[in-house]
Amino acid sequence: MTAPPAPSLVVRGLAYAYPDGRQALYGVDLRVERGERVAVLGPNGAGKTTLVLHLNGILSGGLGTVEVAGLTVRPRDRDALREIRRRVGIVFQDPDDQLFLPTVRDDVAFGPANLGVRGVELDRRVRRALEAVGMGDVADRPPHHLSFGQRRRVAVATVLAMEPEVLVLDEPTSNLDPAGRRELAEVLRGLDVTMLLVTHDLPYAMQMCERSVVLSGGVVVVDGPTGQVLQDADLLRAHRLELPYGFDPRSVPEVTRG
Amino acid sequence: MGAGHAYRMHRPGDSPVHRLPAHVKVVALLGFVLVVVATPREQVWAFAAYALMLAVVAAVARVPAGFVLPRVLVELPFVVFAVLLPLVATGPRVDVAGVSLSLPGLWAAWNVLAKGTLGVVAAILLAATTEPRALLVGLQRLRVPALLVEIASFMVRYVDLVADEMRRMRIARESRGFHAGHMGHARVLAQAAGALFVRSYERGERVHLAMLSRGYTGALPVLEEGDASSAAWRLAAVLPAAALVVGATAWVLE
Repeated sequence: MTAPPAPSLVVRGLAYAYPDGRQALYGVDLRVERGERVAVLGPNGAGKTTLVLHLNGILSGGLGTVEVAGLTVRPRDRDALREIRRRVGIVFQDPDDQLFLPTVRDDVAFGPANLGVRGVELDRRVRRALEAVGMGDVADRPPHHLSFGQRRRVAVATVLAMEPEVLVLDEPTSNLDPAGRRELAEVLRGLDVTMLLVTHDLPYAMQMCERSVVLSGGVVVVDGPTGQVLQDADLLRAHRLELPYGFDPRSVPEVTRG
Repeated sequence: MGAGHAYRMHRPGDSPVHRLPAHVKVVALLGFVLVVVATPREQVWAFAAYALMLAVVAAVARVPAGFVLPRVLVELPFVVFAVLLPLVATGPRVDVAGVSLSLPGLWAAWNVLAKGTLGVVAAILLAATTEPRALLVGLQRLRVPALLVEIASFMVRYVDLVADEMRRMRIARESRGFHAGHMGHARVLAQAAGALFVRSYERGERVHLAMLSRGYTGALPVLEEGDASSAAWRLAAVLPAAALVVGATAWVLE
């Protein structure tokens, strides 16, 4: 055996205050091994999105470090930053923010083209990414003519085309209807990539991730198997997390890694 | 989602005009308009000839007059300006139906109207036969500054979204009993416009973040390479070349 691969993500002591003085993160520690699927749970305002924007160096300037597959995020180093942004694929909450070009194909090609991929290889990446999310037949359509669920899946494809090390999804189920939710779950489960699922949709975390961390008040307060975390009623209550009416985490099977 | 498509300029089709590469058409349009603008205004017959050329292009592209005419209305502000000219300009005057009009003003009005209308109709024909996206790629190929192409591309993408947001805000207003009737309501509408601006601005910021996250460094990658055949260039050159013949004749006769 060779040495095990570097963990996909290592966050150490990350603290951050916005320029207006509002402190969002107070020292976050998180380590995600390669191939793991981790849910980041937390109420609104817990700092989830702030954490996400640190993972690829969009936000910086506070304390602490972020490492992606062994490479440290240094916002001053443009070349390293480009590589970081390839390795960390973020799917934002509103697909209309992510899909901004006139056709789906252009949008999926945008990321890899920024990395210098051209020609046949670019076409291959676009085709593979769209096929991975089951959207191979919409390449030539304008994004705004797709349904919301389809746009969300295309947004995932725009990031997959960059062949990321970590896929980060910010509230992937918001505004999805139940069928769209299930289709997205099927797509995500079929992907062979480290995944960070940022959400307050607890059943979805249960369905997708073997491990969950709870982010509350700008720190990680719990880190454990999703089933255990969701069964701790006191913990959930203390951090404004709630299971939907009638949902019992003991009644559903836990997902296992791999 | 996809709100009203009333503003749609593109009319899908498969005519020889539709098949021409976008950048070739843009160059042809530019050539045509330059010749029209340079034609002396007294040569009225020349403008009739130009109009005829556009009619031929429309016929070849199978774009009916019913599609073109309503869209000509965009030049309305210029028409108002043109109508004012004979009234306010100085110089020798003629009486038409009891109104004293300036002769140079009349010529100036004719000049604005004729050249403006020809230019607008030509632009409508370009838009009708070219997909917005192809037009953007065409502009990119013509080395139009990347920033302008990007701005145009964002407009194409988000105009639907902003229009839809505006529609939702209007429905929400009206659902609470608001009805824009008199000037006192302008304040509410102005605030709505302000809210729409702020929302669009914030969306712009989020889009920018999403772009940065995918490695955007300040320039959209050129996604399509390739060039137009010389046959396409020759076909597209027919319009400006014909216009040039007419324009040159008009100058000689002047």
